[in-house]
Amino acid sequence: MVPISYPAEGSSGKTGLWRTERPVVHLDKCIKCLFCWLYCPEDTILRREDDYVYVDYEYCKGCGICANVCPTHAIEMVPEAPGGEGA
Amino acid sequence: MTLKALTGNHAVSEAVKLSRVKVIAAYPITPQTTMVERLAEMVDKGELEAKMIRVESEHSALATTFGAAAAGARAFTATSSHGLLYMHEVLWWAAGARIPVVMAVAARAIGPPWNIHVEHSDFIDQRDTGWLISAAQENQEALDLTLQAFRISEDPRVYLPMIVALDGFILTHTVAPVDVPSQEDVDRWLPPRRQPYMITPESNVVMGNISSDEDYFMMRYSMQAAMQAAKQVIKEVDLEYGKTFGRSYGGLLECYRCEDADYTIVITGSWSGDAKKAVDMLREKGIRAGVARIRFVRPWPEEDLKDRLANKKGVIVFDRSVSFGSYGQLFTETAATLYGAGTSMRGVVAGLGGVDVRPEDFASEVMNFVSRVEESGRVYEPQKWMLPKKYEYVAKEVGI
Repeated sequence: MVPISYPAEGSSGKTGLWRTERPVVHLDKCIKCLFCWLYCPEDTILRREDDYVYVDYEYCKGCGICANVCPTHAIEMVPEAPGGEGA
Repeated sequence: MTLKALTGNHAVSEAVKLSRVKVIAAYPITPQTTMVERLAEMVDKGELEAKMIRVESEHSALATTFGAAAAGARAFTATSSHGLLYMHEVLWWAAGARIPVVMAVAARAIGPPWNIHVEHSDFIDQRDTGWLISAAQENQEALDLTLQAFRISEDPRVYLPMIVALDGFILTHTVAPVDVPSQEDVDRWLPPRRQPYMITPESNVVMGNISSDEDYFMMRYSMQAAMQAAKQVIKEVDLEYGKTFGRSYGGLLECYRCEDADYTIVITGSWSGDAKKAVDMLREKGIRAGVARIRFVRPWPEEDLKDRLANKKGVIVFDRSVSFGSYGQLFTETAATLYGAGTSMRGVVAGLGGVDVRPEDFASEVMNFVSRVEESGRVYEPQKWMLPKKYEYVAKEVGI
């Protein structure tokens, strides 16, 4: 027996509920560098066929790393409204 | 066969080189320093193809070694005394993760007061971490144990890290003839590294994340099962090593003249040699004495000790460390092993901080024990402190 595990989508429930701020991608500023996709610790930045990105809000915890590494400030952290949906 | 004049530290360095270790991370501490200095030289000269990683502390030294090992490299570190205590948390990490790692410990006293001489408190303090813990009597054995450590810890029945302890200065800095095996023989004898899983950029494995309490419990159970299995592995490796290199030591326990002995000394480390000399002296006086030398403190040689000691008149255990408020640790474990056997027992705490214990001292302690047993029948004296000569009067005041 060894203390290892293999990550699986949703193994900790819908962690998107933990979020206090949501990343909103402004595609007009996106240069497809994919830093956000590479740095996201939860694999919730998803990559389209044309290399633009979008967010899996079911599981994104709102840590803001994507917004922090984006060189063109194309990702904005927007406060979640009390009770759920973004402002 | 190539005999070289080597210190214990350099004997271990040779074994590490022969084992084709890929990563070494270490922080210098007396009396370990010359071991890793030699390894750094070997890497520098291109004799050893390994990455030598300099770190800022012993905690980092073992963390780096553990990380390299988790990534699939045969990895080695070495430390002593305070350095080993500073590593203590990471010892639990490596063992709990079931990642084979080999570490040499230059056994040394722990301050304060400051003392760099031999004692066993540092490695005995790691008893409960899940590491296999072995102790050498001589420089040759330090080399042999280091080679064997890779094979034992990387055996799928074991997959636990292993300490090779060698007494500070007495072995680490004393030159003795050492038979250094050839690279070809070691390559044939030591298989490529095996480990239960690897953490690499390609693997999506997570180690050490939160588990259920029940899974945690069962992983502890599996470590205990691995320790039990390790007893057999250690014996096999010792025998196979003997077939290839001509030296076998008896597995977990080395028995010196103890088959027909009435009184047996239980002991570990370099001073076992002095105890053996004492046994020869006692035999000349007509006392049938022997030595059961603990080669592995973990896994504890319970079955072997029972087998060897259960029918003796007396067993006298010498500890070069103590659990304050209790007894010498080897005594406690030997007493638990011999529960119900009816054997007379004495525990002696001696040689702390490198205080010299000569064969004559062992012999007179055993003779004193023998006369107590002959007078009183069954004797159970869990702690007697063999105080340095000039402080012997204190024993009468304190009563231990």
